[in-house]
Amino acid sequence: MNQRVVVTGLGVIAPNGNGIPEFELALRKGKSGLRVEESMVEAKLGCHVAGVPQGVDELAAASFDEDLLLAMNSSHRYVALASVEAWKSAGLEVPAPGDDAVDWDAGGVIGTGVGGMDTMGARVVPLVDAKKARRIGSTGVEQVMASGPSARVSGILALGNHVTTNSSACATGVEAIALGADRIRRGLAKRMICGGTEGASVYTWAGFDAMRVLCRKFNDDPEKASRPMSASAGGFIAGAGAGMVVLESEESATERGVEIHAEIAGSAMNCGGHRMGGSMTSPNPESVRRCIRGALADAGVAPSEVDAISGHLTATGADPKEVAAWADALERKPGELPPITATKSMIGHGLGAAGAMEAIAALLMLKGGFVHASLNCEDVHPEIEPWANSIPHELLELPELPELRTLVKAGFGFGDVNAALVMRRYEP
Amino acid sequence: MEATEIQEKVVKILTPYVKDQDALATVSGETNILEDLKVNSARLVDVVLAFEDAFDIEIADEDVDEVNTVGDCVRLIGAKV
Repeated sequence: MNQRVVVTGLGVIAPNGNGIPEFELALRKGKSGLRVEESMVEAKLGCHVAGVPQGVDELAAASFDEDLLLAMNSSHRYVALASVEAWKSAGLEVPAPGDDAVDWDAGGVIGTGVGGMDTMGARVVPLVDAKKARRIGSTGVEQVMASGPSARVSGILALGNHVTTNSSACATGVEAIALGADRIRRGLAKRMICGGTEGASVYTWAGFDAMRVLCRKFNDDPEKASRPMSASAGGFIAGAGAGMVVLESEESATERGVEIHAEIAGSAMNCGGHRMGGSMTSPNPESVRRCIRGALADAGVAPSEVDAISGHLTATGADPKEVAAWADALERKPGELPPITATKSMIGHGLGAAGAMEAIAALLMLKGGFVHASLNCEDVHPEIEPWANSIPHELLELPELPELRTLVKAGFGFGDVNAALVMRRYEP
Repeated sequence: MEATEIQEKVVKILTPYVKDQDALATVSGETNILEDLKVNSARLVDVVLAFEDAFDIEIADEDVDEVNTVGDCVRLIGAKV
């Protein structure tokens, strides 16, 4: 029998707030986490703005022993902190390093888009080029291997079930949660800690800058630089951070008597095959529609039941197509689309962490009965104009918000890959 | 440099990697780095790099194979400084 999957723990390290209370407050207030990044100025990139979590090294130093600190780059620090927060908030104990017990019922799917590029750029490449490869030391591999983040977390939490790293570009974070939920649904694990992490590195951002997909027009006004759904959107703003959820079978959560934040009712993943308008870098609209519809079918939810949308919405030319795909998938005429919001307007595009940080935002909205403002789109893109009244420019709260029971979160990535999650308010 | 001074520096460098911090209280030349201090064997590479920086010396990979105890570190470093 399929197990129902619920969310019992949340953790986040985001550009506009570290930890759930700070992040939720930032979402409610519409606080931007975007700043001028000196490394981008120095590298003479066209875009000088990024969303990088602040004060993380201090938080990590207070949370982990020195041996661990020496082995962690930025993506590891983000994911380790967010995971510990999520684990504790689920009422689970973080084992002491000397404790030999393994939790065979708990696993993790923890994705990343680019991985340890900071380690690659600052250590591996310069040291090898200088013929000093041995000075990479023992921690180079674990920081650059794709599975580094999930390996790190499994060691901290003594996970004994399936532990892996997924990677599907900007769909990674959403996909991780879907994959973990599937494992619980099939009865193969009681708990899965899932999400995504992305380090902060100019070497990652430089590639996107070279593609001319980062916004260059707001270097002097960084908080205005990420403009999803806006007529003056000029590309995305790169971000970093981590978002982690503890997923659990309803049975296990009920047995433990812990608070249930929401239910992951269904999910879907697909690919547009780089056809029908899709390519390496842009989504096939038909695949986007099918992915959203697939997630709803998986959840047994009718398109008419969706109360809010957490879009992928990056502030590129793909936004109008995405909004049209949502309207098409949910069978809504202009004026009928539920509130649609872009968390990237506050935190930028966290790449492999984007879907995970935004899923945390979505879960907080569902639990707290609000839809956060989508910043910087007072000048709605002309092609989005028919749905303009569905964009919240300010915080939208119950009861002004008619109903918030079902929310869909989607992420779309390079490679024409899509992932969607149907989240519902938990009802036993 | 006196052996005691070297040992003091060696122990300081080892400390972040030591999993059994209690064992540090009774550390001596005979203390085995992996078995007594429970240092992860992979991290010996980083310990050796830290020795090189702290004492301004070079340590060959084959020399590292002979290192088991705190005393081995002190002798190896003492011969090079």
